[in-house]
Amino acid sequence: MNTQSNAMPESFDTQGIAPAPMSATQPMYWSIRRELWENRSIYIAPLAVAAVTLFGFLIATMGYAMSVSNLAQRRAALEGPYSFAAGVIMATTFVVGVFYSLDALHGERRDRSILFWKSLPVSDLTAVLSKVSIPLVVLPLLTVVVVVATQLIMLLLSSAVLMGSGLSVATLWTPAFRMSLMLLYHIVTVHVLWHAPIYGWLLLVSGWARRAAFLWAALPPLAICAVEKIAFNTTHFAALLGYRFMGGAEALTAPGSFPIDPMTHLTPGKFLSTPGLWMGLAVAAALLAAAVRLRRFQGPI
Amino acid sequence: MTVIEARGLRKAFGTTIALDSVNFRVEEGRILGLIGPNGAGKTTALNAMLGLIPYQGELRVLGRDPWSEREQLMRDVCFIADVAVLPRWMRVSQALDYVAGVHPRFDRAKAEGFLAKTTIQHASKVRELSKGMVTQLHLALVMAIDAKLLVLDEPTLGLDILYRKQFYDSLLNDYYDRSRTIVVTTHQVEDVQHVLTDLMFINRGRIVLDCSMEEFEARYVEVMVHPERVTAARALKPIHERQVLGRSILLFDRVDRQQLAGFGDARTPSISDLFVAVMGNQAGQAPGAIR
Repeated sequence: MNTQSNAMPESFDTQGIAPAPMSATQPMYWSIRRELWENRSIYIAPLAVAAVTLFGFLIATMGYAMSVSNLAQRRAALEGPYSFAAGVIMATTFVVGVFYSLDALHGERRDRSILFWKSLPVSDLTAVLSKVSIPLVVLPLLTVVVVVATQLIMLLLSSAVLMGSGLSVATLWTPAFRMSLMLLYHIVTVHVLWHAPIYGWLLLVSGWARRAAFLWAALPPLAICAVEKIAFNTTHFAALLGYRFMGGAEALTAPGSFPIDPMTHLTPGKFLSTPGLWMGLAVAAALLAAAVRLRRFQGPI
Repeated sequence: MTVIEARGLRKAFGTTIALDSVNFRVEEGRILGLIGPNGAGKTTALNAMLGLIPYQGELRVLGRDPWSEREQLMRDVCFIADVAVLPRWMRVSQALDYVAGVHPRFDRAKAEGFLAKTTIQHASKVRELSKGMVTQLHLALVMAIDAKLLVLDEPTLGLDILYRKQFYDSLLNDYYDRSRTIVVTTHQVEDVQHVLTDLMFINRGRIVLDCSMEEFEARYVEVMVHPERVTAARALKPIHERQVLGRSILLFDRVDRQQLAGFGDARTPSISDLFVAVMGNQAGQAPGAIR
């Protein structure tokens, strides 16, 4: 890419002629890499939690499960922790994603480095998209990989224990593939598509707030809930927020329509026909557009 | 070729007018020093040129509108907006990787060559470097970009004299050629006196002086006047007068050098002396407009 090195004393050529060719995706790629350099917790946190989970499981397999003499109970003890491990890792990456998003457009203004980023030919759109791709692409992918790897190690450990006890391991491995598929489906539907407006909101607040981004992100929605409750004695806004975070009560009472539980059936048709999904994505796009526009005007704080 | 052209450039923050309809033009190959007191509007002018803030009036940088075409403009324009804006968590090697990744005109080998002359290690993080070294790193990154316009806003603030001298030396020796244009603001005017080709004073959002350094040297004469000649010298309407060790030093604008030589030692004033004179007059302390 340094094709220009010998063309230094070039004359003032006409503007508008593109300099050295550079792929359009390259600034995006390097912007995402730089987010990972800066925020190493993005991959350290889920890996650390996975290690702790495996350590706990190791104690369980070596200690507790072996101490159970009833073989059926031993099998139950070994099969139980899979979804729990997945849940803990998913919760970790969710928390990491929330705090990352709250700091993404705030930290660069606080440490004045925004002046350095803006001195390079990277558009505000690329900058904001690279930041939102952390909670919406990088973290979900990482979650799937870490959870599947963790469960695989757990499977190997429990298989060893079961075989040692003379039990069949077939029942343990049969649902493994389906479990991973369910996990992927759950991550894509809930953690990416359904939660997208949450990250859009957090990024917008982080680009706007001068300090205490967390409070600005959390308090206005709570205030709206409180005012609505006091003024009209209704809880529509609270229900809306709950629906966004948890999928909502009506979705839970109609099993299968909303994949809140990683072990639900695959019902993409029902999911895709949920109006809340498309409204959420439209809101996310609007919030991100606002965050891009905001970054143009923002300097250091 | 005109690199920067401003006509009626205006910017207000609330009721404060940071730039009051200024007009100026910077030609290719010039090194312009933008000098002014704090809050004069220097940084606002630079930010407008760099497309960092919206403005009123007309402004073209390299033929582009900086606000609406900032991304394209940044391929040909480099800036050091302040000392210590490099992210503190970044490693030197990461900074090289990143700039090489996003900037089509960055020459990595050149940057590494500049860094090799310093004591900066590739594995170091920015937070581990001294302020002077961070500036060296930033300058190495910027000088390796084949840009047409380089904008420096207080690039040497807080650095000791060795680093400051080295900064401008590298800029002139390793970077500047007649096809590049540099705009610099600084309070350390004595550092840039022999670097600049053009000089602009700005105060309260207005340009109060705009001349080339040749013009500056031709126009302004400072005379340390013999005590018995002070009254005669004052009759020639100096724009400023100050006392040093009991002697009067008078600063003249557009007065014949031969005529002044008779009053005492005549020499070209330093930019800072002229600055004090002009800004003092601006504050209404002495009569005589500068232009």
